[in-house]
Amino acid sequence: MATTLADAIWDRHVIERAGAHGPAGRASADLLYVDLHLLHELTSPQAFEGLRAAGRSVRRPDLSVATADHNVPTDGSRLPLADRAADRQLRVQIDNCREFGVELHPLGSPGQGVVHVIGPELGLVQPGMTVVCGDSHTATLGAFGAIAFGIGTSQVEHVLATQTIRMARPSTMAVTVNGALRPGVTAKDLTLAVIARIGTGGGTGTLIEYRGAAIEALPMSGRMTVCNMAIEAGARAGLIAPDDTTFAYLEGRERSPRGALWERALDDWRTLRTEPGAAFDREAVIDASAVAPQVSWGTNPGQTVGVDGAVPDPASFADPAERAAAERALAYMGLAPGTAMRDVPISTVFIGSCTNGRLDDLRAAAGVLRGRRVHGRVRALAVPGSSEVKRQAEAEGLDAVFRAAGFEWRSSGCSMCVGMNGDTVPPGTHSASTSNRNFEGRQGPGARTHLVSPETAAASAVTGHLACAADLPS
Amino acid sequence: MDPVTRVTGRAVPLDRGDVDTDQIIPAPWMKRVERTGYADGLFEKWRADPSFVLNRPERSGATILVTGPNFGCGSSREHAPWALRDHGFRAIVAPSFADIFRGNLPNSGLVPAEAAPDVVAALMRATTDDPAATVTVDVASRTLDCPAAGVRAEPFSLDDSAHHRLVNGLDEIDLTLALADRIAAHERTRPAWLPKGRST
Ligand code: SF4
Repeated sequence: MATTLADAIWDRHVIERAGAHGPAGRASADLLYVDLHLLHELTSPQAFEGLRAAGRSVRRPDLSVATADHNVPTDGSRLPLADRAADRQLRVQIDNCREFGVELHPLGSPGQGVVHVIGPELGLVQPGMTVVCGDSHTATLGAFGAIAFGIGTSQVEHVLATQTIRMARPSTMAVTVNGALRPGVTAKDLTLAVIARIGTGGGTGTLIEYRGAAIEALPMSGRMTVCNMAIEAGARAGLIAPDDTTFAYLEGRERSPRGALWERALDDWRTLRTEPGAAFDREAVIDASAVAPQVSWGTNPGQTVGVDGAVPDPASFADPAERAAAERALAYMGLAPGTAMRDVPISTVFIGSCTNGRLDDLRAAAGVLRGRRVHGRVRALAVPGSSEVKRQAEAEGLDAVFRAAGFEWRSSGCSMCVGMNGDTVPPGTHSASTSNRNFEGRQGPGARTHLVSPETAAASAVTGHLACAADLPS
Repeated sequence: MDPVTRVTGRAVPLDRGDVDTDQIIPAPWMKRVERTGYADGLFEKWRADPSFVLNRPERSGATILVTGPNFGCGSSREHAPWALRDHGFRAIVAPSFADIFRGNLPNSGLVPAEAAPDVVAALMRATTDDPAATVTVDVASRTLDCPAAGVRAEPFSLDDSAHHRLVNGLDEIDLTLALADRIAAHERTRPAWLPKGRST
């Protein structure tokens, strides 16, 4: 029977099948080998503590890599931090990684960055791998044709101790994006439009394979943006079949194979495709040419419209649960039905995160900002997704463009994506943010988030209300 | 872990869908490095409102949360189940759960009971009307009872893996470590080009 890419990768990693009888009795789900375990400071301390309490060691410290991202200030501070809790967590991480022998890229080191940004940068994520991290946006890494998903802290402990994870095989979903994106429409707009279409639960229980001409045309940065938000459609993960774009990105990276090994790897990677005729459990088809720049209006990423649109009337939702959710969202957002999205004034702009904090994203935003100024009422932050992205951006002068426009140019970290490291949106005001979640309070108490692309965030910074780049006078 | 074969008690009705992990426990609580002590963070923002259901005196001591679809969407933070557990919940009844969250609950000894929407709706009504109404989540038989709602032996779904571990109180790491030979055998077949961290 023809196999999907997700199933083929899964099968390569199964150590014990669900239903098999092993030393511990009947296996309740597949036991899967983990090729790479990424860790950050927030979801790992209790896992290391658990190991210590049980007298266990890390089975494969050489397949584990850690960094500090969520809690780090992005104003250039170093330890000790004024935030005592954050300071303690970062120190505990340093101690844990030293004790258990895990590679760590701490605050202030050249390899530090948002965990989902540094993995690919180092060449640590390659086609056909299984990758886990105690963070739901691990889905980002599926862009390389890997199975990559987020896990909880108990599972982090399990992976540290065993290098495996017990998990029921997800079902499969194909999201096929035909045609081509129009000029000015980005991978972020596409991924938001997909969620708006299939809903925040549309991918529940599945591994989504994104395919079709519009996906194949995306660079790796755009593919990562698309897979990053698979989780916002409820999916366990998203993935994209590897191709020449993937191989070109990987060639020559620090941890990529070289010489004869590179050739062998390539031979294998080229076989990683969904076989013709393979059946998916669910399918959705999207026409890329119909996608406009997107802005979210509510408090989940599915509550999104085109920038030309307006805040919907909750009464227009047939489903009572959706209607109630829209009513709550509008109350929180302080928006009236029928308000044109372009009429929403913003106080804050955030360009960064694992969704849109890569070099291509900064270039795109800088392209909009060149020769323009941020509106007087707006505070605007550009936060590179990693220290390496920051260095590259500075090498090509992007920092000067952002600064000249009136942006703050920060150090790398999760920053305003998560509102727990000092960077927050003032209560009751609106932000245009390139992050991935517009949940209540996500960017700080009372913050009203609008999810957008880097280009739209930059244009909104200039006009002081939600706007897309095409709105700006040339 | 202690076996969990059934949970019986009063319930808190939280009639909302898509309750995300940022609502269950706000991110600042994740700066802690301990595994317990998260009770005060549970629904912290909603609890600022004295009329929020969890604040009502008649709801104190409840062990079951009845809620809407896609409960626990958002991040993979296990602090969310820890907060529910620390507050005293032992089972969550909902029409559906977010995937990662459903997988996380049993690791803290909590039961994710996914029941038919009409059954959840009946429980929601009955427990809203009568705070003293008793709900039973029978883990062993995977059924729900709530006389006040006219619910009797209604099935709920709970995957076999979680069911097995909850009912037997098993530690998953011990179970897997018993397979160390098979894990080592797989490791010998891994391609040589796979990347490595710089273990210290
Ligand atoms: S940038 Fe945001 S979504 Fe990404 S890992 Fe950090 S907090 Fe999570």
